[in-house]
Amino acid sequence: MKRYSGFSLFANALSYHEKWQKVWRKPIPKKEYDVIVVGGGGHGLATAYYLAKVHGITNVAVIEKGYLGGGNTARNTTIIRSNYLWDEAAQLYELSLKLWEGLSQELNYNVMFSQRGVLNLGHTLQDMRDIERRVNANRLNGIDGEVVSPKRIKEIAPLINTSPNSRYPILGASWQPRGGTARHDAVAWGYARGADALGVDMIQQTEVTGIRRKNGAVIGVDTTQGFIGARKVACVTAGNSGVVAAMAGLRLPVESRPLQALVSEPVKPCLDTVVMSNAVHGYVSQSDKGDLVIGAGVDSYNGYGQRGSFHVIEHTVQAICELFPAFSRVQMNRQWGGVVDTCPDACPIISKTSVEGLYFNCGWGTGGFKATPGSGFVFADTVANDRPHPLAKAFTVDRFNSGALIDEHGAAGVAH
Amino acid sequence: MKQKNRLVVFGRTDPNQPINFTFNGKPYQGLLGDTLASALLANGVNVVGRSFKYARPRGIVGHGPEEPNGIIQLGSGSATVPNLKVTQVELYEGLDAKSVNGWPSVNIDVMGLVGAFGRLMPPGFYYKTFMYPKKLWMTYEHFIRKAAGLGKTPTEADPDTYEKLNQHCDVLVVGAGPAGLTAALEAGLTGARVIIADEQSEFGGSLLASTQPIDDQSSTDWIAQTVSAITAMPNVQRLSRSTVFGYYDHNFLTILEKRTDHLGINSPQGARQRLHRVRAKQVVLATGAFERPLVFAHNDIPGVMQASSVSTYVNRYGVAPGEKLVLATTNDNAYQTAIDWYNSGRVVVAVVDTRQATNGPLVSHVKDLGIEVLQGYGVIQAMGSKRVRGALVAPLNENGTKVTGPVEQLKCDLIATSGGWSAAVHLSSHTGAKPIWDDAIVSFRPGISKQQERSVGACNGTFDLAQGLLEGALAGSEAAQLAGFGDGQVKRGMPIVNTLEEQAQQALFLIPHTLPSSRAPSQFVDLQLDVSAAGIELAVTEGFESVEHVKRYTALGFGTDQGKLGNINGMAILANALGQSIAETGTTIFRPSYTPTTFGAIAGRDIGELFDPERYTAMHRWHEQQGAVFEDVGQWKRPWFFPNQQETMHQAVNRECMAVRNSIGILDASTLGKIDIQGPDAAEFITRMYTNSYLTLAPGKCRYGVMLKEDGMIFDDGVCACISDNHYLMFTTTGGAAGVLAWLELWQQTEWPELQVYFTSVTDHWATATITGPNARNVMAKVCDDIDLSADKFGFMDWRDGTVAGLAARVFRISFTGELTYEINVAANYGRYLWERLMAAGAEFDITPYGTEAMHVLRAEKGFIIVGQDTDGSMTPTDMNMDWVIGKKKTFSFVGKRSLERSDCLRDNRKRLVGLKTLVPTAVIPEGAQIVNDPHQPLPMAMQGHVTSSYFSANLDHSIALAVVKGGLNRMGEIVYCPAADGSSIAAEIVNSVFYDPKGERQHV
Amino acid sequence: MLLIYCPHCLESREEEEFSYGGEAHIARPLDPENLSDEQWGDYLFFRKNPRGIHHEMWYHATGCRRYFNVTRNTLTYEILESYLVGTEPQITEVGV
Repeated sequence: MKRYSGFSLFANALSYHEKWQKVWRKPIPKKEYDVIVVGGGGHGLATAYYLAKVHGITNVAVIEKGYLGGGNTARNTTIIRSNYLWDEAAQLYELSLKLWEGLSQELNYNVMFSQRGVLNLGHTLQDMRDIERRVNANRLNGIDGEVVSPKRIKEIAPLINTSPNSRYPILGASWQPRGGTARHDAVAWGYARGADALGVDMIQQTEVTGIRRKNGAVIGVDTTQGFIGARKVACVTAGNSGVVAAMAGLRLPVESRPLQALVSEPVKPCLDTVVMSNAVHGYVSQSDKGDLVIGAGVDSYNGYGQRGSFHVIEHTVQAICELFPAFSRVQMNRQWGGVVDTCPDACPIISKTSVEGLYFNCGWGTGGFKATPGSGFVFADTVANDRPHPLAKAFTVDRFNSGALIDEHGAAGVAH
Repeated sequence: MKQKNRLVVFGRTDPNQPINFTFNGKPYQGLLGDTLASALLANGVNVVGRSFKYARPRGIVGHGPEEPNGIIQLGSGSATVPNLKVTQVELYEGLDAKSVNGWPSVNIDVMGLVGAFGRLMPPGFYYKTFMYPKKLWMTYEHFIRKAAGLGKTPTEADPDTYEKLNQHCDVLVVGAGPAGLTAALEAGLTGARVIIADEQSEFGGSLLASTQPIDDQSSTDWIAQTVSAITAMPNVQRLSRSTVFGYYDHNFLTILEKRTDHLGINSPQGARQRLHRVRAKQVVLATGAFERPLVFAHNDIPGVMQASSVSTYVNRYGVAPGEKLVLATTNDNAYQTAIDWYNSGRVVVAVVDTRQATNGPLVSHVKDLGIEVLQGYGVIQAMGSKRVRGALVAPLNENGTKVTGPVEQLKCDLIATSGGWSAAVHLSSHTGAKPIWDDAIVSFRPGISKQQERSVGACNGTFDLAQGLLEGALAGSEAAQLAGFGDGQVKRGMPIVNTLEEQAQQALFLIPHTLPSSRAPSQFVDLQLDVSAAGIELAVTEGFESVEHVKRYTALGFGTDQGKLGNINGMAILANALGQSIAETGTTIFRPSYTPTTFGAIAGRDIGELFDPERYTAMHRWHEQQGAVFEDVGQWKRPWFFPNQQETMHQAVNRECMAVRNSIGILDASTLGKIDIQGPDAAEFITRMYTNSYLTLAPGKCRYGVMLKEDGMIFDDGVCACISDNHYLMFTTTGGAAGVLAWLELWQQTEWPELQVYFTSVTDHWATATITGPNARNVMAKVCDDIDLSADKFGFMDWRDGTVAGLAARVFRISFTGELTYEINVAANYGRYLWERLMAAGAEFDITPYGTEAMHVLRAEKGFIIVGQDTDGSMTPTDMNMDWVIGKKKTFSFVGKRSLERSDCLRDNRKRLVGLKTLVPTAVIPEGAQIVNDPHQPLPMAMQGHVTSSYFSANLDHSIALAVVKGGLNRMGEIVYCPAADGSSIAAEIVNSVFYDPKGERQHV
Repeated sequence: MLLIYCPHCLESREEEEFSYGGEAHIARPLDPENLSDEQWGDYLFFRKNPRGIHHEMWYHATGCRRYFNVTRNTLTYEILESYLVGTEPQITEVGV
């Protein structure tokens, strides 16, 4: 892999940019792989990268029905934070945050991870109790965070409305300075380029249509390019987890729902942090390009249509105009939806299955993007060693039978 | 003031109504009927902006929502609007606009120097650099952000208002061009309710700039006649300045109507914009098409325009944006621009046609006018910097892929280009329909959708006017018929239009240069985002093959024009680079908004105090008059505490708490949810929903119950009273009321429909005043003489009907303070009267109104939980030490019961509710504090639980807290610690969760 | 935004009047105490979540306050029928 740098940019400019190396190969699928990763989104690509990089398993294919990073990786609002309530979730997301902090250098690909901080606003006394509880838990888990006053919030985000006369006045917030945003496409491309350089095959425009098993163990996958053998199959197909699980005769406690987002037209810098409010249902940051990137809540119904209902958008924009009255005259440029696989406890499943050699990583709900590096890291470890990574132990599918749920939405209040 | 490019034929502008405006601080004059774009062009303003990445000077290209360059900041102060397109801003007196980029000015922009280094900034360059040293990224990013962005947001609240209108119609016609007008006319004639919406200031669409006669009259006369026919129909609603910006499921469409923007910023004449939320039975899309620009070297220099835009400025606005025109085309259609330009009295230098031989009627007409037509030629490069000075033309091979002969320069100041037309399939695409590429028309056509819609005219790929008029009429009558009106037959005779035969266009997008794209001067595809042909080819070189990858890598189509001009050219160039057809390369998916839409309009009136309804109790005004401070509980405003003058919150709360324990307090409890439950199976049903049994509860009696979700976790709690044999009243928490009602309905309707039981919310029907404290009976006796108040006749957990303060009342002896308590319920409208009578009766006992904070302290002293504060969705009744509320003998497996038996719920070290007593009596632990065994252990610390409620108890003169602690019940007397952010910690002893009156004697008196 | 036909009110109303009730036809086990944790967990949390035809409950929250069932395509969002609780759907596969 030829490294990227200011120098390589200059050198390539001299040759009119005609000699850049391909970011990844376009291989013909081999007959058999050690591991097939089903799904070429951020999590799948990260899994493949860490399988090769950390575990030396390079005979790996990523099979993607569309194009790399084209699902939720391309559709989210790019927020990164690790201030989750429960130890299990917090530690997983904190691993991820730590990986984010070195990711551009690790991949030699600038994923534009911008540690501009994340504010989670509180509007009621109970919000503030929950924030206090979460920040305390974070701190004792070694995760940065503090509870900040409306005055401090106003300093961090001057256009925010901290008037005590608002319908739901801002009473305070949690503030995680290490949180922020990243360039979502770059994450997928960076991992794909890195994995490719280590020998992983990226097989795009190829849909997995079946998971073949023999004597209770997986032997490969049927695809639109024919059968491809594999000793292990790792499924990371957010938005379609249930459909893929059904190919192996498995059921998952996930439901697929539309999650909508929107961006404004680009404007000059006006918001230097990420602001999230669960109570009034909206979150917003400003991309490096200048767009206000705004996320909505999950639509109520199951849907694979990458579309949601307009009233959800209306409600979100109301919340944004309520928090930032100055944004009222800015214009919405584009609006879209993704499909999120939600678990009953708003926490993921990173798990072996009853089929030997078959693994699932799914159910990230609205929180998947920020987890990309950590998810790939622990899933690769789980697949490589055929046992849950220590940080993945709590996230097995068995918890839905035992009742050991990790209820992030009930308690943390913030799901995104 | 002289407008150097204003013609003597004024089109639809009014020479008698001059309008003054300023652009970048300089005064200009235009005419009524102008857009800012036509007025700027009339005044010969060349540079209107600077490009996003390379800061290259840019001029106006189009005449509608496709405009990529003319992006301005309108006005200043709180009503300023960023990022409007000059082509869509109607001129008004005093208009003040500025370019969004360029410093110190758009004409001299120091960032233009950056453009000189453009070669160092190919697509994706930022992914490849700014990585080292790691810590500098935030600094790099700061400068990248400053350079990006277009206009500025206001810094104050929006002074304008916005409103919404919910509409239903039989037929919604989108677009009032020729096809839309005939569709609306035919649909209207059937009597169907029709809405026709168009983004422009007047109806007519492309015909407003057309010189083609219809029915032997001018096109504008035909528009006037047709619009007047439509106007005469009361069943047709006409919306101009109204953009249909989104097409959602089940024929739900959104229209943004701009009501006052053409009058000035913050024009105080009602709502600025109105959002129509339309549910249409049938939809006719007649949204037209966008002309495709040709891509060639330096095609971004001001003076390179769309051919149809040049015609529009000449014919509609009476503005000729230049002197000497070179027309570059791949089709016959654009020859009309040469004719229009010629007729305006200006010079057509040449028509440069990439096709080798053409002789259609329009071509012949142009030749007959003596205009030079270069066949088999392309404009390969524009010359100039801030204005076109010439065009380099060269002969091309038949496919248009190669320059085959010598390059010559034509002197000109205007290059109009046309690469054919792209159907505006945007709205159809919003439905999820995938557009289909059609080589025959060199355009996408609308895909097949699941909605009740059809596309007509140019947006359907029908670019011929006569065909479009017919399609519109047929679709209008068909849509009406499907909506239940008319017979599906066209009523009016079709207008007669002289159809001009056109010869085949050439499917050519990029005009080749003598150099390959990577070395030629930039050939821009997406002007707003500086995406060039070389950039797209580079993406392919690097292995990005999917159209979505290429768009994302280069930013193609991500501008505020959403790639209306660039996307198809970009796809074609990509297809060529990949050596495949456009159809193989994929499709293009458009998403709402069709054009950018004001956030304020999407929010509408539901902001500020209307963001969410405020709910008040009947006593609310009294609380306000007493100076209560309120707390938001759900939508309710509840008094939090009632400070006397000078009192701090803590002083007030202490006083309120002491009053309750020592004499009497009064609480407005009206907000508690109340559900009236009736039916022969009511008791059975309630027993299935609560953890305990109600089968034996007698009339006149109350019982406290806890409700679980089926996962065994506490969901709500409250008292349920038996009113009579088949009649119960259930109290819920304030915030849980609606959820509990839906929950009850769910189980009754879907699981146990055989149980005869009915539910009605009566929360708002009752006002509730709770009097509590040792003197409660004394006060009660003063206002009620028909209930025997003695303890043995009206005991704890009883309720009675009676008369209180002359009002019919239901009185409950239930208590959340642990004191002798009467909850007095009267019809809501009498709430304040009751309250005032109780205050008067209690005056001699110094009756003290108290708020939710004192209520919280008092119940915490008693160890009573608050669902949602002491529980969090992961707590069972056992966790809350409430095994006593689980009916052990219940035969039916109540909701949630089975889940309590799961292995995780039987774990020993689950968190259990305990009390915490701080070692320092005055130290109040913050609510939400985490609990550890050793505050000096290294991070991450092993957390034992957390504090759910914590107060200073004035009655106990000691700080108290409720907490959930792992295995807490077996740890009584242990000392634990609550570490704070500053490194300090509060030590506390684990104690029983009941701090006050542990035997519960005080409420039983 | 969906337009939902309420079989109790006998008219189509806006989605905003309704709330979603999840997969329909999941009968509560009659004898929960005799189920294994796995069987009970299956009832509690595991849903079909199909890409295509889905039978689901809706609650006319701000209307008649009645639950009913809807057959909806989760990919196209087409609503194919509304029917009463306790009755069976007419449509069980795409294209029927």
